[in-house]
Amino acid sequence: MSENDVKTNGFKVVGTRPNRPDGTDKVTGRAKFGADMAAPGMLHAAIVRSPHAHAKIIKIDTSKAEALADVKAVMTRADFADGLTGGDWDVLENIMAGEKTLYDGHAVAAVAATSPLAARDAAKLIDVTYEVLPHVTDVDKAMVTDAPIIRAGTADASVPEGLHPNVVRYHESGHGDVEQGFADADLIIEDSFKTEATHQGYIEPHACLAQMGNDGRAELWCCTQGHFNVQKICAKVTGTDASQIRVTASEIGGGFGGKTAVFIEPVALILSRKSNRPVKLVMSRAEVFRATGPTASTSMDIKIGMTKTGKITAGQGVFRLQGGAFPGAPSDLTAMCAFAPYALENVHQVGYDVMSNRPKQAAYRAPGSPMAAFAVESVIDELCNKLGLDPIEVRLMNASKQGTKASFGPKFDRIGLVETLEAAKSHAHYAAPLGEGEGRGISCGFWFNHGGETAVSLALSEDGTAALSVGTPDIGGSRASMCQMAAEELGIPYDKIRTTIADTATLGYNEVSHGSRVTYASGLATIKAARDAVDKLCGRAAAKWGIDRDAVFWEDGCAKPSGPNAGDFDPIPLAQLTARMGATGGPIVGHFEATPEGAGVSFATHIVDAKVDKETGQTSVVRYTVVQDAGKAIHPSYVEGQFQGGAAQGIGWALNEEYIYGEDGRLQNSNFLDYRIPVASDLPMIDTVIVEVPNPGHPYGVRGVGETSICPPLAAIANAVSGAAGVRLTQLPMSPPRILEALDQQASG
Amino acid sequence: MKYHSPKSFEDAAAIAQNADGITRYLAGGTDVLVQLRADVVTPDDLIDIKKIDGVHDITETGDGWTIGVAVSGAEMSEHPALGMEWPGIVEAMDLIGSQQIQGRATLVGNLCNGSPAADSVPALVAAGASVTLTRTGGTRTVAVEDVPTGPGRTSLEKDEVVSAVNIPKQVENGGDAYLRFIPRTEMDIAVVGCGVNLRLDGDTITEARVSLGAVAPTVLLVEEAAKAIIGTTLDGGALEALASAASTACNPIDDKRGTIKFRTHVAGVLAKRAAKIAYDRAKGVK
Ligand SMILES: Cc1cc2nc3c(=O)[nH]c(=O)nc-3n(C[C@H](O)[C@H](O)[C@H](O)COP(=O)(O)OP(=O)(O)OC[C@H]3O[C@@H](n4cnc5c(N)ncnc54)[C@H](O)[C@@H]3O)c2cc1C
Repeated sequence: MSENDVKTNGFKVVGTRPNRPDGTDKVTGRAKFGADMAAPGMLHAAIVRSPHAHAKIIKIDTSKAEALADVKAVMTRADFADGLTGGDWDVLENIMAGEKTLYDGHAVAAVAATSPLAARDAAKLIDVTYEVLPHVTDVDKAMVTDAPIIRAGTADASVPEGLHPNVVRYHESGHGDVEQGFADADLIIEDSFKTEATHQGYIEPHACLAQMGNDGRAELWCCTQGHFNVQKICAKVTGTDASQIRVTASEIGGGFGGKTAVFIEPVALILSRKSNRPVKLVMSRAEVFRATGPTASTSMDIKIGMTKTGKITAGQGVFRLQGGAFPGAPSDLTAMCAFAPYALENVHQVGYDVMSNRPKQAAYRAPGSPMAAFAVESVIDELCNKLGLDPIEVRLMNASKQGTKASFGPKFDRIGLVETLEAAKSHAHYAAPLGEGEGRGISCGFWFNHGGETAVSLALSEDGTAALSVGTPDIGGSRASMCQMAAEELGIPYDKIRTTIADTATLGYNEVSHGSRVTYASGLATIKAARDAVDKLCGRAAAKWGIDRDAVFWEDGCAKPSGPNAGDFDPIPLAQLTARMGATGGPIVGHFEATPEGAGVSFATHIVDAKVDKETGQTSVVRYTVVQDAGKAIHPSYVEGQFQGGAAQGIGWALNEEYIYGEDGRLQNSNFLDYRIPVASDLPMIDTVIVEVPNPGHPYGVRGVGETSICPPLAAIANAVSGAAGVRLTQLPMSPPRILEALDQQASG
Repeated sequence: MKYHSPKSFEDAAAIAQNADGITRYLAGGTDVLVQLRADVVTPDDLIDIKKIDGVHDITETGDGWTIGVAVSGAEMSEHPALGMEWPGIVEAMDLIGSQQIQGRATLVGNLCNGSPAADSVPALVAAGASVTLTRTGGTRTVAVEDVPTGPGRTSLEKDEVVSAVNIPKQVENGGDAYLRFIPRTEMDIAVVGCGVNLRLDGDTITEARVSLGAVAPTVLLVEEAAKAIIGTTLDGGALEALASAASTACNPIDDKRGTIKFRTHVAGVLAKRAAKIAYDRAKGVK
């Protein structure tokens, strides 16, 4: 698609703020989430989990549980399919442990019983004998010579010789000559940074209802970001044909990447197959913390050189990510995003994917990028301080633009970083005076965004309304945006379209709702499906008028002859054409099935004011402004919501959220009391500015917005806090004890 | 599990006396039910004390206040006079949990749950409050600071139940305050808590009680801290002496909620801040 094909003005519905179609259901409690489904004769399941960070399973004795009348099925790893390899084996091993348990909370067995309490009691009767093995949960400690080996032979060919077997993937990228770049610098700053694992903190625990017969036919209802992926994984690990498992996605109470992974659905299916009854499985909050997928924790070294006037001459970064007991920590993405906002002649980055005895990390909003920004943007801030330069001017001077060779290789197409920096610079926030004890932080952030396999169908009804089926669960108001885009193309009102998240039997494969792809990819698919339907509608009008299809065009919801030569006919509205569909060629359905590849990358600039109480180390965020390029905001309120949500989660990650492991390798804070997510009163109103630099890869210029918003906050807040405290904070979370400790160390020289 | 709802404290005590497994009284249930669900404590006998006459009353007596054992935090906050006289106690209780928790949580539950971090307890200790304990055939009165004996433990006998909380009358020119430190702004457990109650003669402090929470296995009544400000006008030197005495009294643990060093330091900071508020209140400054 060339930029000329992008529609950038003359919108009637796109860019307005109608109520979301799922709103009434959600505020009245009618919406059905994962745990809201029930079936006659349903059993309840409970999972037995390892209390050890690393242990060999010697024996699992299920006899006492099986002897109970209320217990209808008990299962272990032996009930899953054999012979899986590679990534499929990893997924299965994480769903239920085989020979070893690899982290505190790793599933070992499961039961289904007639009530939740009976299942819980029965689970306690399953007797597992363990041989406890040495464990490691810290990324740096997992890389040293004598660290316990999680699983030998896991490393792939990218890993250089001589590294610990826990280092399983290695990434290196960059260009230019960093040594020369550092030689050209007037000031070089080098520092090391650490961030802790955080959880997405979605409010709805994982939940599902499964029914699977001995014939292998199955129905599954679950809360997920991608039911087609659930279907694929369930088929593999249960040894069933994918098409025999029909998966329906429930409403979803948050995911943020954490519900792209599969944990409980195959367990419920197998318990159902064994008991011949429907089985419901709902995780507790503690299970969510211990055994789903938090982010990776990191340890990073950054070195940046700058001239007196603010030109960055070289950037170098080493990024070590701990991703739990399996390969997959996004160390490559961390490395690739680190310097992406800047046009650098000399840049070099290295990433290590390191295994440890923790749950397998999962995606969390722009996986890997926020940590990289924290480290790099902290050093840039320190350089600006030392050289007495304005942080926005320095970023503008070095900003990536269209045609810049990105730090990770390719040349950028049209991008909007400079526009976000200009908007931040002219925002009232940037000029506002700071209060007593406050500091101001700036940071940029970058995320790739994604397209992915997408299938959509749009069926017209006889009465001139439309049923749009998409396969990407709505995790951010996307049904509203889909209705808007379809309304724009069809020329009928927004509320004459219903968007449904269709089940796996209804549409072709859809990749999960991740990579900020839904409004981009399902949106593009919706527009193309609507155009397909419009093409068919024009064909029916042409046939009626007895003219060529090419002599008919679509405008304001009507087929019209394209000019005087085409003939003098009255426009035919959509509803008149659909009323006679049956007699004029049959149902009219528009389709789109493809893998769109033009997801435009996105940048943001955040401004934060924070106040630090130097006596207690407590931080309050007093003002926050998000400026981000959305390409085109289809529904501005939901774009703003994504901006604010990313900032809110970033505030938690920066200040108080962390996975705390004890010496025993057990998670110490598997509840919302001690895992300190921000509460409403911790947050200021988060101001937003939508910048629109069209993405050439989408018919309306849309860029994904869901993830970029969490890239700058860690750094922006760290820069604000460091300014307010008068000491550089290099470790997250910047909890009160850490801030006091940093002040103390500074005072003692 | 057996659920009981006795009509008198004697009956409640008798049930406890005859029980042979784990027994819990059910006041607001905001600790008991949470611990039950989390598999921490599964009582064999659950004795609901909310059906006993008078347990929902806040009564002003000649020498102070009697607070019924089922009075919730919200009821204390909404009382027209209690908070005027003892703002520190009422604010401490009000810090507990959310709106929903406030509708249920009680002073007695907060005390008898035995958490070193309980918010209302340092405020009660600073005020010089006591509890009445009832057993079959008798009652006794115990100072609040003598109730907790360690995390999750109290000095109550197996057959005793708290039947009332007694708060003395605030003296003339007296004022109290309670502050806690939490990393967030609400819905958190105190990392340090500090209660101060003091009396003035003119600008000079003549009496004081300083208490600390979450910095030792039980609440602390810190006499050295009180001594540091008695006889002073709470000038800079007195405040530093107060902070230092409070920090010295700390004997905390390192855990997920805070380090030893942090708790010890912040105890001093809070003592200073709470003392200033109590001082202003004693002077009638709003
Ligand atoms: C979301 C949430 C937030 C919270 N926040 C805070 C907080 O900020 N600060 C804080 O301090 N606490 C907090 N708590 C803990 C709890 O709410 C308080 O400790 C509360 O005061 C307990 O009172 P209750 O009436 O609910 O006690 P219950 O749960 O009914 O009882 C607690 C204990 O007291 C014993 N008990 C009750 N009545 C008597 C009696 N008459 N005689 C002898 N023993 C008795 C019981 O046996 C039990 O051991 C929180 C709890 C929750 C769930």
